[in-house]
Amino acid sequence: MEQQKEKTTIVLFSGDLDKAIAAFIIANGAAAYEHDVTIFCTFWGLNALRKDESVLVKKNWLEKAFGWMMPRGANKLGLSKLNMLGMGPQMIKHVMKKHNALSLPQLIELAQEQGVKLVACTMTQELLGLKDEELIDGVEFAGVAAYLGDANQAKINLFI
Amino acid sequence: MKADITVDTKGLACPMPIVKAKKALDGLQPGQIMEVLSTDRGSLNDFQAWVKQTNHELVHHEAENGVYKFLVKKV
Repeated sequence: MEQQKEKTTIVLFSGDLDKAIAAFIIANGAAAYEHDVTIFCTFWGLNALRKDESVLVKKNWLEKAFGWMMPRGANKLGLSKLNMLGMGPQMIKHVMKKHNALSLPQLIELAQEQGVKLVACTMTQELLGLKDEELIDGVEFAGVAAYLGDANQAKINLFI
Repeated sequence: MKADITVDTKGLACPMPIVKAKKALDGLQPGQIMEVLSTDRGSLNDFQAWVKQTNHELVHHEAENGVYKFLVKKV
């Protein structure tokens, strides 16, 4: 009989570049450990899943305002420290390249390739006015119960 | 001991050595040997932990001129 696969879940609440990088490195590592991995993105963490292009969708003015004010996609996220109006992220991206570390968009792509389940929290999607079409392909849509269903069987559950 | 496959991750940063090793190991038959080369300083501890958890066997490891070499036997 095949052994039941271990599970790892991560709640990505933060929309900070550095925290999202940490979350996706752990997720990719856990996938290499042959775990079933879920990243549940909620609140600002949803911005990591946004497509970088603008998508034509119907929104009310408040949703539009949120859309403008929040970073559009993984490449636009700011740092939790030393952001310096966007200079920090440029510096980090530069040193990451120099050290051959994968960028956040590459880490997300790798995670999807490794079968990491990316879930968007539908409740916060609605609060922030982020439509399904604005998020990258392959994302699943669910709520807290689905997350708890995964977390319940996982030994590693992180909130980032 | 001769490796059936060599995975060269020299120059790559965490988590790539483990990710690449996992992919390569998936393609092997039980009993076959994978050789992994890495320059990541964390990889010594990483590979020992990973092999233990995934129930494979770390047959041999060595470090030479900043290059870590691991021989992993698929179980």
